[in-house]
Amino acid sequence: MRKVKETVMKYVFMLCAAVAILAVVLICFFLFVNGIPAMAKIGFLDFLGGTRWRPTADIYGIFPMILGSIYVTAGAIILGVPVGILSAVFMSKFCGKKVYRFLKPAVNLLAGIPSVVYGFFGLMVIVPFIRDNFGGRGTSMLAASVVLAIMILPTIIGVSESALNSVPESYYEGSLALGATHERSVFRVMLPAAKSGVMAGVILGIGRAIGETMAVIMVAGNQAVIPSGILKGVRTLTANIVMEMGYAQDLHREALIATAVVLFVFILIINLCFNIVKRRIN
Amino acid sequence: MKKLKVEALVFKALVYLSILITVGVLLMIVLYILVKGIPYINLELFSFKYTTENVSLFPALINTFTMTGLTLLFAVPIGVFSAIYLVEYAKRGNKFVSLVRTTTETLQGIPSIVYGLFGYLFFIRVIFKDYGLLAGALTLAIMILPLIMRTTEEALKSVPDSYREGSFGLGAGKLRTVFKIVLPSAAPGIFAGIVLAVGRIVGETAALIYTAGAVSQIPKNILGSGSTLSVHMYKLWSEGLNTNQSYATAVILLISVFLLNMISDKLAKKITDR
Repeated sequence: MRKVKETVMKYVFMLCAAVAILAVVLICFFLFVNGIPAMAKIGFLDFLGGTRWRPTADIYGIFPMILGSIYVTAGAIILGVPVGILSAVFMSKFCGKKVYRFLKPAVNLLAGIPSVVYGFFGLMVIVPFIRDNFGGRGTSMLAASVVLAIMILPTIIGVSESALNSVPESYYEGSLALGATHERSVFRVMLPAAKSGVMAGVILGIGRAIGETMAVIMVAGNQAVIPSGILKGVRTLTANIVMEMGYAQDLHREALIATAVVLFVFILIINLCFNIVKRRIN
Repeated sequence: MKKLKVEALVFKALVYLSILITVGVLLMIVLYILVKGIPYINLELFSFKYTTENVSLFPALINTFTMTGLTLLFAVPIGVFSAIYLVEYAKRGNKFVSLVRTTTETLQGIPSIVYGLFGYLFFIRVIFKDYGLLAGALTLAIMILPLIMRTTEEALKSVPDSYREGSFGLGAGKLRTVFKIVLPSAAPGIFAGIVLAVGRIVGETAALIYTAGAVSQIPKNILGSGSTLSVHMYKLWSEGLNTNQSYATAVILLISVFLLNMISDKLAKKITDR
């Protein structure tokens, strides 16, 4: 009797573990089955390379949105990565336990703030600031990049910090023994040694930035055209889906699902890069 | 020598500047939201029924609780059992295990809007036919599954093997050892993960708009549509009115996340202190 129970439960546990596999299969299936035919109907090149998005005229080109996603993500990386890595350096190598005990929960809180709150803050503070100081409407590529840069900070800090902590202490001591200062040891020895881990953090940050929806939609302006400057409005792939899904019909709706397919493929590529970098660390 | 000193100074300045920016941004967001929002938190905001005049967030608050409970109901057993399988049962290098790990990592990277769209295509169009809390909860359950699995795995791994050996030595079977010895010892870590997951559920918007819907009401049952606090806040923005109530909603969201993070931290400490 006991043996039967043991065996049954073992398979119950196994079945639960299989749910993750099933979920990925279902997600892929439903996205691709609903998205690919639309792409074929519109024409792959017209869909991916088309620069005009006019659902009312049945013209569906998502090139401006692909560029939009890449632009705001690049902006977030340029602004967020240096601050994130250097903050991680501070937390790992420059601060005492007492300060750390305050900083760690602070970074966790930054990670926990809901994206609508970030978006709202961006809308009320960052957008007016840009409008008043740089001109334009304020809702812009720059605003989206700034908000995203803040949002990816905790990811980059967290991963970089653990990468720095896992560098053997003997490297640091060796550098000190050769006469290098604390700063030089950290920047010329520890940070290069943690390079792969930091890289992994940056890739995770890219994934988070490209997939973020609610915060971006509130500050980016969402014009479906190729932006001509950082103060111009921009629409990302994610924003395209949320904004129009509510009322879209027929081919328009399918084109939005196809937009999600493109986003999903982006994310899969980013995941792949992350795995390659991670394998290099091990 | 002087050049080296300058270099060290520059490095140090950059590091301090960066951490100041990080902490400064956080303080600015928190203080700004609190200062602007707290004055607008009043009883009217907690009226039982939502009208365009009182802009009550009470229905959204109740929906958030329901959504959290429902999501955990699905995600916690499956997540914890998966982790038990991975840590206690599976042999290393097993093909099935590596497939589970790869798919879990994939799930972790999928953006919430993609979850939302999948939930819409599968739970709404195929199964329920209409927006509802249950469809939203099922979508979120898949979304937080990797988080629950990972934190539970870590908690299980932190239980010393001697506990298991002692239990086996006393004649207990594997199942008994897992449920009576390993799980109770790992409980604080598992709860820390669950609390973090609650934070994600409370803050989620994109995955819910097209699964649970955005109606400001308490639905009659879990098949009915209703917005959570975050979705409510998004709705206030998209309607372009009621900025003050948005601030107030943001205050409540911030405070919940703050409390949840604190509880999770305390629980996690229990396990590392051992």
